[in-house]
Amino acid sequence: MNRARIRTVGELRSLRADLQAVPKPERLVSVSTASCGRASGALAVAEALAGEIRRRGLEKSVELRLTGCHGLCQLEPDLVIFPGKIFYPNLSPEKVPLLVEETLIHGRMVPELAFRESAGRKVLPTLNDLPFLKKQLRWLLDRHLTLDPDSLESYLEHGGFLALEKVLSGPSPEEVINLVLSSGLRGRGGAGFPTGLKWRLAREARSEEKYLICNGDEGDPGAYMDRGLLESNPFSIIEGMIIGGYAVGAARGFIYIRQEYPLAIERVKASLEKTRAVGLLGDNILGSGFSFDLELVRGAGAFVSGEETALIASIEGRRAFPRQRPPFPVVRGLWGRPTVINNVETWVNVPLIIQKGSGWFSGVGTAGSKGTKIFSLVGKVRSTGLVEVPFGLTLGEMIEEVGGGPEPGQKIKAVQTGGPSGGCLPASLFNLPLDYESLQAAGSIMGSGGMIVIDEATCLVDLVLYFLRFARDESCGQCAPCRLGTARLVRILEKITGGQGNPEDLDRLEKVSRTMQEASLCGLGRTAANPALSVLRYFRAELEKHVLDRECPAGVCRGLVSYRIDKDRCTACLLCLESCPAEAIAVAEDGYPRIDQNLCTRCGACLAACPPGISALKKLNRKEAESVEKSGEK
Amino acid sequence: MKSTNNLVEKLETILATLPEERRHLILFLHRVQQEIGYVPEEALSRAADYFSVSPAEVYGLVTFYSAFRLKPGCRHQVTVCQGTACHVRGAPELTAEFSRLLGVRPGQDDPERDVALRTVNCLGCCALAPVVVVDGEYQGQVQTDRVPEIVKKLIGNK
Repeated sequence: MNRARIRTVGELRSLRADLQAVPKPERLVSVSTASCGRASGALAVAEALAGEIRRRGLEKSVELRLTGCHGLCQLEPDLVIFPGKIFYPNLSPEKVPLLVEETLIHGRMVPELAFRESAGRKVLPTLNDLPFLKKQLRWLLDRHLTLDPDSLESYLEHGGFLALEKVLSGPSPEEVINLVLSSGLRGRGGAGFPTGLKWRLAREARSEEKYLICNGDEGDPGAYMDRGLLESNPFSIIEGMIIGGYAVGAARGFIYIRQEYPLAIERVKASLEKTRAVGLLGDNILGSGFSFDLELVRGAGAFVSGEETALIASIEGRRAFPRQRPPFPVVRGLWGRPTVINNVETWVNVPLIIQKGSGWFSGVGTAGSKGTKIFSLVGKVRSTGLVEVPFGLTLGEMIEEVGGGPEPGQKIKAVQTGGPSGGCLPASLFNLPLDYESLQAAGSIMGSGGMIVIDEATCLVDLVLYFLRFARDESCGQCAPCRLGTARLVRILEKITGGQGNPEDLDRLEKVSRTMQEASLCGLGRTAANPALSVLRYFRAELEKHVLDRECPAGVCRGLVSYRIDKDRCTACLLCLESCPAEAIAVAEDGYPRIDQNLCTRCGACLAACPPGISALKKLNRKEAESVEKSGEK
Repeated sequence: MKSTNNLVEKLETILATLPEERRHLILFLHRVQQEIGYVPEEALSRAADYFSVSPAEVYGLVTFYSAFRLKPGCRHQVTVCQGTACHVRGAPELTAEFSRLLGVRPGQDDPERDVALRTVNCLGCCALAPVVVVDGEYQGQVQTDRVPEIVKKLIGNK
């Protein structure tokens, strides 16, 4: 839609009022169509819905809206029907006609399609009934339920640019900074630096030109909070940055998004164009005399780009090499000028604080951490997805109540927070509150909000090896402690998971980790050994089991397990033989299959192939295997 | 040499849309990668001239960032996500199974069957772990028993 330029605060207000006054259809159907939703088939469901709505002549009474991420990634494709927030999870196009007939025409909920925690449990008909949402406080995520991320009008209708309007029609930049400072907002990227203070430092820096950056290089594997925000509410990031520009005295800003997020890039690009077209970006915004513009920069695939000085280098068109700090970017950043670099979620919080006040914001949270934080709760819990909770909720509440506890028959042993820079915290610490200081004191970090739950079926040594391989591959290679340290740690851990470890390896692990922590150039290098250090601290017994008893309790480390066929159960169906990629299984003289341990790669394909009722294939740890061999089964 | 001319023409068309400032160099490489499918040698030297940096600098960028490739890619591509959530839900086994059935190691191309196996650090669809992208289409919760069917659909019985 081509809109005329909005020249004054008055024009903005009347446009918003007009949009809000437009009569709405009786029902709104909101389909979650961010990347996760699309990957599970949400677009096909939406298409079926659109077709059925047309076929039944419901266009006037029902509006179908493709929104961003509802946060219930595991239940996708899902939809919410307003009013009433009737919720249907895990949809497919075949279910659409029934849903349209019953709910959209007759206003009745369909129990067969509604959510149940498990088969046979009672139906939970509305979104508000979901246990997953009970402990959440969704200041940011709830907007994703009704916002059309592609539409500036939809954003305005939801109160968009109210904060900008407030900022440009009264308070001085210093007053805006004070407001943000007193709200207690801290950087959501992980370091937790007070946002208002960063802005003040940049404001006070003497320079003709200053810049803002939005860090959307969300590289932590297992975390996708920022993708959710970028895809679901791009205009709020833009609004936050315009306000930041006014406060800091910057005329230009950059939104840097990692290239692995194509939908986020597309949405932000389109949103920037729409905002510019109505004059909310560009010269003389709303007639205030303040000018500000934003540019999208697409990353090119390097984890280290998420480090702020590396990201700056990347925008400048160079390799993403971090550099020594200080000077911090706020003193010398992009092209040597003072630069405020904040994470996506930080920017999204800004308009909210301006609009609702710093007291409202700081009324939630703990003494040092205010407001809410989005986490991506994934791994071995029943309910996974994007979760927004007030600071101060405990790890236990997060895992047991929000996540719904372990998967059937499993026991949770740890949670990994903060990605490759964080650590694994044991279940004994699940009473820790989620805030910046508590997690750091416990040897992990909050990081940007990745939270991976680990149960007894996951080997922590293998997980640490995974993170260190990641760090080794992604190390930029400038400084020796990180470049050589990560490679060294990987080698030691490979030795341990391969069944060749000895007690000195544990000391070496610790020593190399400490050196990296003290001597690496950038934050990523200094924290790269955190996964190893946290496991040494809390899960030493599991490590020692690998080294001293040559046993992997979770049965994951290939060097420490082997597979055997129990002849008493085997029916010689030979499915295992067919499944073996290494051709390590052959039929022996007695007609039963046998595994050649020298050829076996311990991939476990045979175990998966053996029919459940028969279960003749056994996974044994080293000790068990030795006793079997002694008893002469070989 | 019509193809070389074509290539030069393509490069010039891309360059014409970009200012000479160095910061647009990465964007140039993105566009080349997108249009041509890889970054040919001509693009390196032409970019060095245009943005006034040494060819070694351009080469450094292309090899530093994983988005760029120096050789033509394959028509089909399977990408297995290696994010943490995928890892704990079986991405290593999944990668191995694709590798076995496609007959290529992760990161390698099979020019004969025109298929490449790739890994990616994290696609951010962690709740759907393990995730595989087959010719641009995201598929969630892929277990190893589904691999044969995916491979068959992708490259037939070649």
